[in-house]
Amino acid sequence: MLIEAENLSKTYTLRKKTGRLKRERTTVEAVRDLNLSVAEGELLGYIGPNGAGKSTSIKMFTGILSPSGGSLRVAGLEPIRERKQLARQIGVVFGQRTTLWWDLPLRDSFALLHRMYAIPDERYAENLKRYVDLLGLDDLLDTPVRQLSLGQRMRGDLTAALLHDPSILYLDEPTIGLDVTSKAVVREFLAELNRERGTTIVLTTHDLDDIERLCRRVVVIDHGTVAYDGRLAALRARIATDRTLIVDLARPAAPVEVPNATVTRVDGPRQWLAFPADANAAELIAAVASRYEVLDVSIRETDIEDVIRELYSS
Amino acid sequence: MTLIVYALVVRQTFRRFLTYRAAILGAVLANTVFGAVKAFIVTAVWRQRSVIGGYDLPDILTYTFVAQALIGPMSLLTNNLDIPARVRSGDIGTDLFRPVDFQGYWLSVDLGRAAFALLGRSLVPFAVGALLFRLRVPADPRVWAAFAVALTLGVLVSFSVRYLAAMSAFWLLDEKGVTGFVNMMTTFLGGLTVPLILFPGWLGEVARALPWASVVLVPVNVFLGKLSGAALAGAYAFEAAWAVALLALGRLVTARARQRVVVQGG
Ligand SMILES: Nc1ncnc2c1ncn2[C@@H]1O[C@H](COP(=O)(O)OP(=O)(O)O)[C@@H](O)[C@H]1O
Ligand SMILES: [Mg+2]
Repeated sequence: MLIEAENLSKTYTLRKKTGRLKRERTTVEAVRDLNLSVAEGELLGYIGPNGAGKSTSIKMFTGILSPSGGSLRVAGLEPIRERKQLARQIGVVFGQRTTLWWDLPLRDSFALLHRMYAIPDERYAENLKRYVDLLGLDDLLDTPVRQLSLGQRMRGDLTAALLHDPSILYLDEPTIGLDVTSKAVVREFLAELNRERGTTIVLTTHDLDDIERLCRRVVVIDHGTVAYDGRLAALRARIATDRTLIVDLARPAAPVEVPNATVTRVDGPRQWLAFPADANAAELIAAVASRYEVLDVSIRETDIEDVIRELYSS
Repeated sequence: MTLIVYALVVRQTFRRFLTYRAAILGAVLANTVFGAVKAFIVTAVWRQRSVIGGYDLPDILTYTFVAQALIGPMSLLTNNLDIPARVRSGDIGTDLFRPVDFQGYWLSVDLGRAAFALLGRSLVPFAVGALLFRLRVPADPRVWAAFAVALTLGVLVSFSVRYLAAMSAFWLLDEKGVTGFVNMMTTFLGGLTVPLILFPGWLGEVARALPWASVVLVPVNVFLGKLSGAALAGAYAFEAAWAVALLALGRLVTARARQRVVVQGG
């Protein structure tokens, strides 16, 4: 196993000023009892609502943040204690910040990384050429990072994270704010990296398309712990049960009984019926209408945040 | 060879500062003008007595302009380390997952900054001072070499003090109180406001034993040729001892900070 987390926890302590001299301590359990194993060569979708603890756990995986509890091994190393050895084996990309030097041209940032990671010259030249070609960075090498667009910067960051051939690549919301074309470039690039080089990838994203196109295994984090761990297809099957038909009856009634649907909520004459995404909505409406007097109907599709919320509430 | 990394960081930082050339014009102008103002003041004072604290008029004028020239390299007025800003923005995370020594990395960055400041901010104030006033500029290349050593050790001391102040950002939400206080200490005890030779009695003795004596006083004394032989070796030892002690303390603080680091932002 490349990543092994057992009951991993992280508690932040916040000190808030409550008076002129008084301070109150509050704690936030950002990650609690997280269990996760990631095998070599996986491309893992690491998702969950805002504040779920994704970034915090990635910071622990990368040795930036020390855990408050549990055990963690990454590539056989203890991230905090063996930070420097671990650093040579991992690549990290944060969508919301750059790991490059703001006022240096890309070329100089890469040159610094060449030495920092002690990459053999030949390997460095080969990798640089490969990623510059793949990501279309040729004309940008002499541009300071601060002058790059978000999409260009992201391609620069990806190259920077990969020059030393890391065995694990962590991506924390790499597609955030990118336009459709840049997103497509990044996705295709990641898929190929995983396929051809066998690089293990842990991908955090809010974009379900990213997950659909790239990941077979999905881990859903909520409230700092694993709420779902499995194949994307199985998660999708759960999503599929979650379309909702909202009917307004002429008068309040007991929960309606129709095939292929179950009532999840009743509010006066209004009822909510969950039904499979692949079922025929028209047939369902007809079935309800043949038994009850119906004034109005509407259908609500479920989005990922709803699904995730449901996953942990059940 | 890992030293190459740090040398490269020094060079790249130097180049980073090159892109902000225009910004240093104001600093150069201010350092020069204030140098001239201080020179007029010390000239008036030294007219009362020809030697004060072992300095004659050319000595103190030289002190004045060397001190003005060292404001940049020794960072006598500001902290100049990006650590607190990077802690607040969360960018410090990047510095923590690189396979380099954290303190060594920031030392290299600061050496690059100091080297740039020496070329960009020091030469003009000193040259103008030398043109307008009677300064004691060494003719002996050996004195210049000795000065370079004292200067380098002084930069190490300056860095190690500012590093400790900057690292407080790992514990404090707002480290400006700490860095501001340390900056004031550096400005005052470094002898920029009032030369350390003017500090009376025990105050002077204490001030001359503190690390800040390394940033202006010791290099100037070397520059003036006041130190040679055993006295020079003693001055180096004084600077080096403070540098080693404070850098070691910095390493301890770094290790503690890593245990409790909180990295902001997604
Ligand atoms: N530096 C910090 N100090 C205090 N609380 C934090 C800090 N970083 C994150 N948190 C809290 O920890 C929880 C998890 O945050 P995070 O790991 O960033 O979630 P995600 O990346 O899944 O959105 C949130 O409640 C967040 O407010
Ligand atoms: Mg996040």
